[in-house]
Amino acid sequence: MTLTLDAPRIVTTRPLVTLRDVTKTYGDVQAVTRVSAEVFPGEVLGIVGESGSGKSTLLRMMNLEDTPDSGSYTLDLPDVQGNLFELGRFARRMLCATKIGIVYQNPHLGLLMKHSSSGNVAERLLIAGERRFSVLRDKARAALAASEFPLERLDAPPIELSGGMQQRVQLAKAIALEPALLLLDEPTTGLDVSVQALVLDTLKRLQQDRNITMVIVSHDLGVIRTLADRVMVMRRGEVVEAGLVDQIFQDPQHPYTQQLVHAKL
Amino acid sequence: MSVTPQSLKTLSRAWEPMSYGFLDASAKREMRRKMIKAVAVPGCQMPYASREVPMARGWGTGGLQVSLTLIRPNMRIKVIDQGADDSVNAASIRHFLARVSGAPTTLDTLQADLIQSRHRIPEEKLNEDQILVLQVPNPEPLRPVQPNMSVARQMHADADYGRMWLQLYEQIVRSGRVMQGASYPSMVNGRHVMTPSPIPRWDVPKLNMAQHLTILSAGREKRIFAVPPYTRVEPLVFDDVPYKVEEHHDLTCSRSGAKGFFMNEIPQEDGSSAYELSDSGFGVKHIQQGIGDAVTLGKTWYENGEMVE
Repeated sequence: MTLTLDAPRIVTTRPLVTLRDVTKTYGDVQAVTRVSAEVFPGEVLGIVGESGSGKSTLLRMMNLEDTPDSGSYTLDLPDVQGNLFELGRFARRMLCATKIGIVYQNPHLGLLMKHSSSGNVAERLLIAGERRFSVLRDKARAALAASEFPLERLDAPPIELSGGMQQRVQLAKAIALEPALLLLDEPTTGLDVSVQALVLDTLKRLQQDRNITMVIVSHDLGVIRTLADRVMVMRRGEVVEAGLVDQIFQDPQHPYTQQLVHAKL
Repeated sequence: MSVTPQSLKTLSRAWEPMSYGFLDASAKREMRRKMIKAVAVPGCQMPYASREVPMARGWGTGGLQVSLTLIRPNMRIKVIDQGADDSVNAASIRHFLARVSGAPTTLDTLQADLIQSRHRIPEEKLNEDQILVLQVPNPEPLRPVQPNMSVARQMHADADYGRMWLQLYEQIVRSGRVMQGASYPSMVNGRHVMTPSPIPRWDVPKLNMAQHLTILSAGREKRIFAVPPYTRVEPLVFDDVPYKVEEHHDLTCSRSGAKGFFMNEIPQEDGSSAYELSDSGFGVKHIQQGIGDAVTLGKTWYENGEMVE
């Protein structure tokens, strides 16, 4: 079978990411309720929903920064077994450093603002055990170049960079170790439209070149439509609808999805 | 039957001015326990109560409490401050230790049983019978990269030291070389990263597989840690950027003529610099030897400016 350009990039039936019945409450607030999802290798899953719908909470749990009240999370990788929510602190940290990359909406969460940009990327490599300065330098440069970061500013601290540049440094840091899963939390929010387009182009090119599995959270349907293969619509912590991008955008079934799509269009 | 009236004076023990070695028995017991723990887990910081001593915090109270706990009447004490036996702080601590313990003092490293030091390790090799007590201002090597001490302790527990190398990376990127002059972070026994107190880079290799016991104590920060004899102490370095000590190999002491040891730089009026041995006791012995006095110079860690393996 030949895949057409518009076909989803799913080439295997075994999902890389499997979430089962993930539930998270904060006090009386039910942030995420029995969410199940699968993400296949090379696929881009978009999660949309209004503020407070639980999409960022779900992403944080996928980055093992937070533990749900119940549910399971598995990654289909050779040396990763069992429910990842049951891992200890150190195992989580090592897994996140080596297998999962994340780009936060707020660069302050993902970057050391006063360290050099290359140092921020090198940190990821150092956690994974790299101890050769020349290799750190080369890999940091390569990752920043792949993120289309201007290399003449290689050692500038992120605090001196624009928002778009900071996102590129975050992206370089996230992809430095070629993670199996890349999580993107509102990566273009707060950027002006032209910079948004550049960052989206970079993400799309990276996805095509490296076939990275991505989960992208955004309230911007345009971003999701540009990048994602499948979409999951969340409302009040629950998944109300899921499907292929075209299916969701052209023929939304759930009233909330219809409202979202029509509000955007 | 008549009852003899008792007074408080007859009921209580005779008044004694103070406990031996100034600290009371319970304080010493706690110090000993923490020192044993510190020796058992080399490089790992142990919290302790850190009592008041008649000296301001930050002036060596941590080292002083260790010395007061270890001291015995037959021990010879040497106290140095930045290598000098005759600085006000070193002289005051030495005088105090001798006064509260009756122990004799010495300026000769070879004769000392207990050496309390601020910022230097003597140039002459210490042996298995000697104890080096280093005063530590800031015991936490992770503080520059992780200000939250709770998180820093988790990082120690996980041996999560990547950010220590990041600090070195940043220094090389910004300055072209590692700029850490003192307190060079070092891995102890392949497990815990410690700060070896603000000794110069020159002194850090002396701790590696040393015969003597080193106890490092921070009174203000209430932390104690140790390097037991024959323990690996490895400065953190990149595999392709070797560790470098200060370039004092070719410097000659203007007073004693000794060469190839750590020197103090003395600026001269004409803008030039003269150099003097930082280890003053070692310098005095060199001068005495030069005028024909009978002195014994011990084996040194460095010979001709190179570390002896």
